[in-house]
Amino acid sequence: MKILRIFLIIFVSMSLSQLKSDEKNNELKNKILKNVRCLICQGQSVYDSESDFASSIKLIVNKKINEGISEDQVYKFLRDKYGDWVIYDPELNKNTYILWLLPLLLFLLGGAILAKNLIFKK
Amino acid sequence: MKNKINILIIFIFLIFCFTIFYKGLDNPNIYTPKTNDQKNLPIFKVKDFITNTDIDLTKVFAEESYYILNIWASWCVPCRKEHPLLMELNKNKSIKLIGLNYRDNLNNAKKFINELGNPYTQILIDADGTKAVEFGAYGVPETFLIDKNKKIIRKFVGPINKKILKEIESIIK
Repeated sequence: MKILRIFLIIFVSMSLSQLKSDEKNNELKNKILKNVRCLICQGQSVYDSESDFASSIKLIVNKKINEGISEDQVYKFLRDKYGDWVIYDPELNKNTYILWLLPLLLFLLGGAILAKNLIFKK
Repeated sequence: MKNKINILIIFIFLIFCFTIFYKGLDNPNIYTPKTNDQKNLPIFKVKDFITNTDIDLTKVFAEESYYILNIWASWCVPCRKEHPLLMELNKNKSIKLIGLNYRDNLNNAKKFINELGNPYTQILIDADGTKAVEFGAYGVPETFLIDKNKKIIRKFVGPINKKILKEIESIIK
């Protein structure tokens, strides 16, 4: 009876940890798919699309996550195949400097003009 | 004087915005893939259409020759349109055609080949579309030109036409 109880505890704890790991993988998969653009749909992520292209990407992402590949490596794989455009959240590189830095520059410029005017008024 | 400088700055800013938006009008709002980026051939195992056995992709592209990888499906209407051109390309001995059957019913695919002819040296099966993703494809039909160094040198999205056929022939000359 004692042995049976121990087995039961081990079985339940293993099932729970498996369930937790599946849930974690699912969350990661959905996060990635929401950040991947469906290239044959207009304005849809792969997560939202049911196209053949999206289904294939879903399968690939699922496979990569099950293999233990990290989120960044999945993005890198997709970027290698389809370019930066496939990811909604582009990384900082020579093609995206303006995209990332222009708002910051405009913000700083605006702040400088505002500060100058306020100081000048005083 | 200060007012004039402010107006000039605003004017230059507006011209800058106008130029960016005006240039943006010419850009298509749908995805246009880069078609002449050189990429290495992916490495994976794939099922053969005839024998239904797993083979390494490196063995499929083993010879020192130019290769065409054509992604096709029996349900794809543009694939029917480009098929006669593939049959014509098959006559060129300095290139080998490999077919990748995409998300298809095997019986329908066999009927398609029996009806229209087989231009391919070998046909591979991509039942779930994941092999096409490895090549960076996003639909059917799509055609890749692979050089003797096993690099994908050109990608043709959509059905090939006579102009593309001439382009391929001029590259492999």
